[in-house]
Amino acid sequence: MATTNRIMIVGVGGQGTLLASRILGNAVIRQGYDVKVSEVHGMSQRGGSVVTYVKYGEKVHSPLIDKGEADLILAFELLEAYRALPWLKKGGRLIVNDQKINPMPVITGAAQYPESIREKLGASVNLTAVDALSLAKEAGNIKAVNVVLIGVMAKQTAIPYEEWVETIKTTVPPKFLDVNLKAFELGYRLKSDK
Amino acid sequence: MFYRASPSLHTVEISVGSEKGFYNRMKKLLLGNAAVAQGAYEAGVHLVSSYPGTPSTEITECMATYPAEEVFVEWAPNEKVAAEVAIGASIGGGRAMSCCKHVGLNVMADPLFTHSYIGVGGGAVFCVADDPGMHSSQNEQDSRHYARAAKIPMLEPSDSAECLSYTKAAFDLSEQFDTPVLLRLTTRVSHSQSLVEVGEREEHPVKNYEKNIPKHVMMPAMAIKRHAFVEERTLKIADYASDCPFNTVENNGSAIGVITAGIAYQYAKEALGDRVNYCKLGMVWPMPERLLKDFAQSCEKIYVIEELDPFIEESCRAMGIEVVGKELFTMLGEYTPAMIRKAIFGEEPAPAIEPAEAIPARPPVMCAGCPHRGTFYVLKKLGLTVSGDIGCYTLGAVAPLAAVDTTVCMGASVSAAHGMAKVRGKEFAHKLVSVIGDSTFMHSGITGLVDIVYNQGINTVIILDNSITGMTGHQDNPTTGKTIRGEATRQVDLIQLCRGVGIDRITVADPFDVKHFEEVVKQETACDEPSVIIAQRPCALLKSVKYTGHCVITEKCRNCKMCMKLGCPAISLDGTSGTVRIDVTQCNGCGLCTGVCPFGAIEKED
Repeated sequence: MATTNRIMIVGVGGQGTLLASRILGNAVIRQGYDVKVSEVHGMSQRGGSVVTYVKYGEKVHSPLIDKGEADLILAFELLEAYRALPWLKKGGRLIVNDQKINPMPVITGAAQYPESIREKLGASVNLTAVDALSLAKEAGNIKAVNVVLIGVMAKQTAIPYEEWVETIKTTVPPKFLDVNLKAFELGYRLKSDK
Repeated sequence: MFYRASPSLHTVEISVGSEKGFYNRMKKLLLGNAAVAQGAYEAGVHLVSSYPGTPSTEITECMATYPAEEVFVEWAPNEKVAAEVAIGASIGGGRAMSCCKHVGLNVMADPLFTHSYIGVGGGAVFCVADDPGMHSSQNEQDSRHYARAAKIPMLEPSDSAECLSYTKAAFDLSEQFDTPVLLRLTTRVSHSQSLVEVGEREEHPVKNYEKNIPKHVMMPAMAIKRHAFVEERTLKIADYASDCPFNTVENNGSAIGVITAGIAYQYAKEALGDRVNYCKLGMVWPMPERLLKDFAQSCEKIYVIEELDPFIEESCRAMGIEVVGKELFTMLGEYTPAMIRKAIFGEEPAPAIEPAEAIPARPPVMCAGCPHRGTFYVLKKLGLTVSGDIGCYTLGAVAPLAAVDTTVCMGASVSAAHGMAKVRGKEFAHKLVSVIGDSTFMHSGITGLVDIVYNQGINTVIILDNSITGMTGHQDNPTTGKTIRGEATRQVDLIQLCRGVGIDRITVADPFDVKHFEEVVKQETACDEPSVIIAQRPCALLKSVKYTGHCVITEKCRNCKMCMKLGCPAISLDGTSGTVRIDVTQCNGCGLCTGVCPFGAIEKED
């Protein structure tokens, strides 16, 4: 593989983007790639916009992804997907969790949550929208949204199903393994509506 | 699925498939910080003492995952204490490390500058993590200046593999030159995971301790001699720098040369590839003059690519090397490969799809169930001036609470309020409070409180006791009764501590009992003597905190929007109906809003 694959995971602090990026990072190194995963810790994690970058290929230098360069964006929330849109490369794919979480400026009335984000995104990029929250509930815990989304994304990669399952087994705490495996399964088996 | 990453997640071990892979040995995907810990472990470190601070915290957390028989690890009350503990361990013959964020190095600076004179017994490494872009910091200082000012060599790794190898080598370097060594990280190195090969621990037995007054007692007669030693040492290290393994030249036969270091090297490599020659500085102070001059001679044009201050650039100019640097770049924030490509080759960034409308910002907020919300709700309601501090509760400055007036540094809430009260007088002091977390109070709030008592202040200090160090991701501290390894230990009694320094008025109150808390604040601020309120309620993210169910708005709601003043991320206005609603996926059922609603319209549901 001569080129570097660039994946961005965006969401709201507390949604579990960090674990999602670690599952992805661990899955790609099992395939023998060089990989860099850039995370966000500290204040930004407290309900703010969070972005993690996963890059893999023969040799990865910068852990960051510039605007117009992401092959795929995995978005945990609609507004965050919209915010990340400029980072998607031409012809890139966007997977979005069809969930709205109001940011504080919207809550206080200082700003409006943009309308019809899903439709706007669908009009400009290759979009897969998923109700990951319902699937996470079905798996047994609403916090498993992250692993549902990893499942949806996994289906769109060349990495075999078994490799993902093995990675999840080695990455998530044993206590939550069953819920997470079920969440992955629900995401992976989901028939895309687009 | 839970967002709080445990240190064990930083060290997931992966065996890499050999048949199709580019990597066929055992490699680990490690966070830069975890790799520093692994490097120190492999170097046979005996003691690590630190105070948490993003982006450095995980180094010490990871250290505590190694066996206690091999390495003693602790959270100290502040960075100065941590550094002194490490210095003592080094003089005592052990290999020692202390880690902090950039602003922590300011606190550490006093012992460090003199440790430079004393030198080491066992190797001593001080790891500092800068935060370009201020992801989680109050300033953007460039800690490389400290290396020059304290005359201590500084290494700067650019990825996790170098984090490991540089840390390990730093201990040898320290002993070789009889000097403490600084290891500088930045957020993107600390908090990026990349592949490393891990090795075994090398044992370095604790050296003999010998009393040596001329070397270890820094009073003028001795220090004058040691200063001469330091200047000689610097010359020796500067000479070594040109041949050392940390500084490398990559000649790609180009007329353009790039001098760079740390994460900026990785950005430059990605942006410019083999179109330029590189001189990568793994040791950023002292500078390798011979190496840089030779490199400059081999190129027609030299660029310096470094984030924050023109540290390398100015050193090059002082050596008479002509370079281009900050004319093309910024001193603000982080660089990116696209920025470098544009600056050096004028190449435009990739085309991007910009949304056609403004995207509302999503600043960080206090979590649902955060105990600080009750405190700030009351302070705002009473219209008090709030002298703030460093921690999750700095978010009390964010709308709609917007209750915090000032934030300077760790501990300043207490001492700055004293200064404010002294110049503005008694009436103002009655409308002024300091807010400070339990860990921050132990760090450097207590000294300010002593000052208030000693110098006859009348301030009210609110200690936000949430039973943990919150912002940096739940570290124990002297008030929690547990060590970094989770062992039970003697707990500092905040009430006795405050009483001991001379505070007679101490009240413990629950910030979620809003009415009572308001009464207490009114009463204490009205007094003509200093007082302490301990606002006690644990962080909602602690495993021991078990809020259940969620809150709902019943038909009794008159849409007065009082609950919205809490700034809870779960409570918002429904865009279409204009009524208040609670998002059950955000609400954790803490129930604060039920006590704030004047009509009893919010109820708990299971």
